[in-house]
Amino acid sequence: MRLYEYESRKLVEDAGIPVTQYGFTQSAEEAARIAEDIGGPVVIKSQVLTGGRMKAGGVKFADSPTEAAEHAAAILALEINGHQPRGVLVDPKAEVKQEFYASVVWDGTAKRPMMLFSDMGGIDIEEVAETHPDHVGRGHFSNLLPLSDFQAKQTIAATGVTGRTLTRLTPIVAALARMFCERDMTLAEINPLAELADGSFVALDAHMEMEDEARPRQKSLLAKLDITEDDQRGGYEPSPFEAAVKAIDAADHRGVIQGRDTGFEGNLGLVIGAGGGSLTLTDAVRSHGGRPANYSEIGGNPSVAKACGLAKQVLGKKGVEKIAVMMSIVSNTRVDIVARGVIKACLELDKDPGETIAIFRIPGAWEEEGFKILDSYGIEYCDRSVSMHEAARRAVEKIQGAPA
Amino acid sequence: MSHIFIDVEVSDDVRGDAGLAKKLEEVCPVDIFADRDGSVEVVEKNVDECILCEMCVRTSPPGGVRVVKLYDDGAALER
Repeated sequence: MRLYEYESRKLVEDAGIPVTQYGFTQSAEEAARIAEDIGGPVVIKSQVLTGGRMKAGGVKFADSPTEAAEHAAAILALEINGHQPRGVLVDPKAEVKQEFYASVVWDGTAKRPMMLFSDMGGIDIEEVAETHPDHVGRGHFSNLLPLSDFQAKQTIAATGVTGRTLTRLTPIVAALARMFCERDMTLAEINPLAELADGSFVALDAHMEMEDEARPRQKSLLAKLDITEDDQRGGYEPSPFEAAVKAIDAADHRGVIQGRDTGFEGNLGLVIGAGGGSLTLTDAVRSHGGRPANYSEIGGNPSVAKACGLAKQVLGKKGVEKIAVMMSIVSNTRVDIVARGVIKACLELDKDPGETIAIFRIPGAWEEEGFKILDSYGIEYCDRSVSMHEAARRAVEKIQGAPA
Repeated sequence: MSHIFIDVEVSDDVRGDAGLAKKLEEVCPVDIFADRDGSVEVVEKNVDECILCEMCVRTSPPGGVRVVKLYDDGAALER
């Protein structure tokens, strides 16, 4: 769940990290008043959940309250990458001596949070990492054990920052890391983190993303930021496939299905799930050279209609030739119910289930009943004696042929 | 295509039993039965959702309701 810059700034401020005397508003008149309070040149920034604001004209500088109002009016009416601004942020134009970069991200490979720091702020960190790798410091830390400031200091020092600057930056990066854990963030970024002419540091821009699943735990924070339950804040516009799967899921309380296809263009549809099975199986398909058409999660004992709905959406995707129905071991999700659902999907789309379902590998509750159903439609299936990896291999082989 | 995996048979002897109609509507977890003005009605669109719990079979008098597994050579849940 992505937060607007003005919300991210509030989080940064609450974490004890210095920020400028900024103001958020949804009106041009109010923007002028905030600029007057600031009492000097200001920058007006569009509040949209997308990048490329500067290029699109969503960031403008103003020397007077009147000019601030004019820019705010223009920016409030400016759509950026299909996003209408929530409002504008009015910020003092700071006299910056040097720009730094500080962030904390979740490292999925290390399964730990990681601090990132660079003494080359204000530009994309990916670009810095590529062109000046020695200017990027990295430091993993535990999200269970208390964080020591020393860990933040090591990360900063890795870029060659020393002395008074290192001492001043350390508590800022440490506070960002603590906030990341306390607020269930997946990304907490300050860029630029500016050193002003007087030697003090302020966060000039912040970008925060919170784990979607943490919403119930972070209710008080969301209330403080005026984020309602309806405000879902997807990081991107869902594809028609994703929207359809979501609607099917919402229409029936039994079980859970999720589907993603952004970034997938393969020919093998995946109806997968159970206890981490989706990630494992997607990786397994790819490791065997398969090209998934989507990612999905199915579990919690869905109805026949829901399993059918997901399978139909997957089968309806352009380029999908077959589907693989695979899960880890299921306990509450019933094998026979999912089998009925995916077969029904094939039949409703005038497809032969035996030809369309490359493999069915769901061991667990009611599997004997499920296997009877699969037998009656000539579908290849396997039980837990066949690993998920092997099941994925068989599915890929069926759709692409055996490797030479 | 209404149902292809399951068939639910209600005998004529119990179809008009108002008490049973109400009870079946109450016990079926997937809404296969409806109480239609005191008669047992099978909701065709929900039949394939049957979870084989046998609640309907046990609620009915012997021979009242049969649940047939169409994929299993017509094996039935009945009493």
